[in-house]
This record gives sequence, structure tokens and C-alpha cells, in this order.
Amino acid sequence: MAGGNGKEVVIEVRDLVVGFGDHLVLDHVDLDVYRGEILGFVGGSGAGKSVLMRTVIGLLPKRSGTIKVFGVDLAAASDAERHAVERRWGVLFQQGALFSSLTIRENLQFPVREYLQVSQQLLDEIAIAKLEMVGLDASVLQKFPSELSGGMTKRVALARALALDPEIVFLDEPTSGLDPIGAGDFDSLIATLQRTLGLTVFMVTHDLDSLHTVCDRIAVLADHKVIAAGTMETMLASDHPWLRAYFHGKRSRAGDKKQALPAV
Amino acid sequence: MSNRLLEGIKDGEQLKIAAAGAWIAENARNLEVLIDGETLREGAITRVDIDMGRVERLDTFGAWLLERLVRSFSARGCETKVTGLKEDYRALVDEIGGVKPEAKVAPPGNAITRFLASVGLSLVSVGHSFTAFVNMIGALSVALARVLARPRSFRFTSMVHQLDNVGWRAVPIIVLITFLIGCIIAQQGIFHFRKFGADIYVVDMVGILVLREIGVLIVTIMVAGRSGSAYTAELGSMKMREEIDALRTMGFDPIEVLVLPRIVALIIGVPILTFLGSMAALYGGGLVCWLYGGIDPDIYIQRLKEAISLDTFKVGMIKAPFMALVIGAVACVEGLAVKGSAESLGLQTTASVVESIFLVIVLDGCFAIFFASIGM
Repeated sequence: MAGGNGKEVVIEVRDLVVGFGDHLVLDHVDLDVYRGEILGFVGGSGAGKSVLMRTVIGLLPKRSGTIKVFGVDLAAASDAERHAVERRWGVLFQQGALFSSLTIRENLQFPVREYLQVSQQLLDEIAIAKLEMVGLDASVLQKFPSELSGGMTKRVALARALALDPEIVFLDEPTSGLDPIGAGDFDSLIATLQRTLGLTVFMVTHDLDSLHTVCDRIAVLADHKVIAAGTMETMLASDHPWLRAYFHGKRSRAGDKKQALPAV
Repeated sequence: MSNRLLEGIKDGEQLKIAAAGAWIAENARNLEVLIDGETLREGAITRVDIDMGRVERLDTFGAWLLERLVRSFSARGCETKVTGLKEDYRALVDEIGGVKPEAKVAPPGNAITRFLASVGLSLVSVGHSFTAFVNMIGALSVALARVLARPRSFRFTSMVHQLDNVGWRAVPIIVLITFLIGCIIAQQGIFHFRKFGADIYVVDMVGILVLREIGVLIVTIMVAGRSGSAYTAELGSMKMREEIDALRTMGFDPIEVLVLPRIVALIIGVPILTFLGSMAALYGGGLVCWLYGGIDPDIYIQRLKEAISLDTFKVGMIKAPFMALVIGAVACVEGLAVKGSAESLGLQTTASVVESIFLVIVLDGCFAIFFASIGM
């Protein structure tokens, strides 16, 4: 299960093909995610980033290929094995997907209550601990999701994704819809949690700042394939036209630097 | 296995606690019991040493339970020390150490005052829904006045679309149900009237009952359940997704754009449905009189002509548009009262159907008194 550089591979995608009708979204995609890293997954709008994420977590069917999470082939696994794997990951959906008819307290306790038999006191305490970890406090516990702001919703959704102390978290555009300060806070939050909990983070994002500041590696989806995977430096050095447009475009830091600094 | 997670040895006034194994979510239940056991230990303890050296895995649950152990001994005034914690877990334990417990807020008052408070609150909410209903009627009148002043601004297409939904598409089910109701009334009437040899009065009963009361009531109750609930759900989900706010910001009045065409469609549709329903019920009654009671269709029609007058028919038909207005207004009020959650949408839809059926029956009672006093 070790990757080429000796790190443990926790998500292994091989030859994955996903399509809807006669529209092919992912065409023989390969991707590795290593334990303990933050992987930023980028690509144009509609390129199929979310499709790949949703296929890995089993929400969309695949046409062919294999997906192994923790070395378990999810298509071939029994229900019990699948549940065991699902118990070890957490998902943050783009809109939060908090249960609108439950309070924040109940939202956070729901997965814990289902999987573990612990006392109500511990449930309450853990809910507060998770909220504090994502930078909120006990005052939101009694509120309903509709009473929260966008940034708070994302934080609570992250806290819920972390409720069972997963080993992998999938984040679907975690900073979209947040102001730059909120997005920056969220990035550092993810980095802190990754350090303290030893998480593996799979992050679908468009936010170049997130890619620069928190991601250990970046994978790029274009033309229905993962065209590159590696560190920011590799991306910046690449000659691929799409990568150049993405990382050296007007909104990129590389673009800023080029204007600000004389060429070395 | 589980008792090895935590072992406490008391040595004079010193307590040595040795932790081991996996302090993770799966073991949280066992661990919690062990930790509570230690904290309830009797006797004087001044020093607590917690050795975490043999803990192999630690997650948030474990870290919090360690924190709980430390806090409860510290609260007893013991000197508490945690040793041997792996460097990897230091950050997590520090993070958890900053967690402040929730301030417990006890619900105010005792059981009796809480009960009285809930009665009071529901009374107030009845008052609120009454004001909301009156508000809606007022807003509708304003919108109607505006539309009358500029008839071109009326959403005619939308109204026709709604009329198709609530009128045309409702015809089969309404005709079927009223037909069956007519059959049942006639059958029951014949069965009981026969004992007195008064079979023929069944025709009077069917005619008056159907045209004055049952026709319009069955139709409006069906419409409340079928179309009122649809209105509430449509407007409610539009409210949830901020579509109604979007309309407002574009300078449109949601009452004029969304509510008025729906209510006008009901006011046109319900009388037509009432007419069709009453005819179907009379037809069903006639069929049963013929097949079950042996009353010839010619005699049925002859008798019907004597028993009912144009007034009987008018009483039923006059009520229909008013009931349609009540159903439509209640459905739209409840739809616009939906808040952010899926549960609230369900609650308001239920409330819409229950309230409109209740109000339809109350209104029917008021009309009965009114028609009696004017001699119709």
C-alpha cells in the first residue's frame, strides 16, 4: 500500500470512468492521496471535480475502474466493510447540508449517536469541543441551521464532518462564498485541524489562496483526466497551457509577482 | 481488555493512574465509565499522576475524557499532572484544554407555569394567524384594486396555468368522489325511509342535501387538500430559496405576481367544480334510486323538480367562491410563513389544510344561519 515516495496511500483511484448518458465526465482517471496530506483538487467549472469526489464517496456510480479507500475496494466490499470505511471519513458538502429541522447540537450529535453508545453528557461535551475546534462556541448549540450565516454554516458543517474523528475529510469548495478574511480563517482552521488530528484532507477548491497556503499537493483535472499532480512549484513550472492559464492568470499570485518583481 | 484502558492505584494521599491502549471514539463508552469510577474515589487525595505513556492512539473523544479526568480532580483541589503524552497528541490535548463547558440554563418556572405558558403561546399564535389572514385579505384587496386600475398588469397566463392545475385536472377525482357520495346518501336514505314507506322522500333529501350542503362541502374539502396544500408547498419552497425576496428586490409585489392569480383561479375553478360535483352526486343518487330503490328515472326527475327550487341551487353556488377565497388565502398565508427548514414546510402545509377545512366548515355554518334568516 506504499506509494512511490514511501508514504501510505489512503485513496487510490485507478482507470476510473464516469459518465452520464453519452457524456463522458471522467475518462480513465488515476489519482493517489497519501496519508496526512492536504490535497487540493482543481479544475475548470464543470470539469468533474465534484463528480470525482462524489464517485469516491459512493454517491455516483462508476462505469469502470477501481477505487480503494484504506486499501478496501469499495465496489467489491461487503456492506459491513463499506460501513467501516464510511465511519472513517467525513464529508463537508458545498452548501453545508446541515439537517434543517435539527438544531446545531442535534446535527453534531447525530452521527455520534448513531455509531457510538455514549452518555448524553459526553455527547454534549464533545459537541462543544468540536464547535470550539472550528472556532465557534456553545452559544450556537440551540440554533437552527437557517439562523446561521454562511461562514458559520460551513464551520458547523465541518464540525459535523469531524464528529466521529474521521481519518479522511472530503471538502467540497470549503471557502466558496466566504469573504477573503473568512476564507483565510477557514484555511488556517483546516491546517490546524490537519495537524492536531492527523487528518488526510481531500479538498475540491477554486481558491488559489487556499492552494498556496494550505495544500501540500495539488491535482489538476482537465480534459476528463488528471493532467498533473504535485506541489505548487511543480504546477508553476509546468508548461501545460491550461496550468499556465490557471496558475499564471490575472488572478494568480504568480501573475502578481511577475508584474511586481523583475525576472530573476 | 477494557479495564486496561485505565488503572488507578492509590498510595496514601497520592493516586497513580496508568492509561493504556486506544483512547478513541469506539472505546469512549468504556473509558467514560472507568474515568467516572476514578473521579468518584473516596478518601483524601492530594496528588494525581496520570501516565499516558502507554496510550497508543488518541482522538478528540480520548482527549476530552482525559481533560474531564484532569478537571474533576483539579476541582477537588488535587495537584494533577499528566506525563508521558506523545508529542503528536500534544496539540490536540492543548486544543481540547481550552474548551469551556456550556452554561446550563434551566427552563424557567415549574410544570404548571410551563403548561400555562404553552397554552398562552398557542392562543397568541392563533391570534397571529388571524391577523396574518386579515392582512392577506387586505393585501389582496390592494393588489386587486391595482390590477383593476391597470388590467393589463394582471398575470393572465399564470392564472390560466393555475386554473388548469386546480380546476381542469381536479375534475375526474371530484366527479368520482361526489358521484360516490350521492350513491351512498341515496342508498342510506332508501334503506331507512323504506321502514316508514317513505321511499320517495329520498329524492327530496338527496336533492336538497347535495345542492345546499354536501356538494359544495365535499368539493371545497377536496380542493383544500389537493390545491391548498400545493399552494402552500409551492410558495413555501419559493420562500425557503429566497425566490420571493428576489421578486421583491426586482420591484414586483409577490401578492400580485404569485398570490392573486392563484386565488382568482380558485375563485373561478371552485364554483365550476361545485356545479359538476353536485350534478355527479345527483346522478349517482338517481342511479341508486333506480337500481336499488326501484324509483324510475322519470319519477326521480319529476320528484326532484318539485323538491328543489332555483334557490336551493343558488344557496350552494353562492357559497363556493367565498370558500375558494378562504382556502386560497389560508394556503398563501401559510406558504409565506414558511421558515428555513424542511420541517417548517411540512408544518405549514399541514396547518394550511387543517385551517382551511376548519374555516370552510365554520363559513358553511355562518351561511346556514344567514340563509335561514333571509328565508332562502
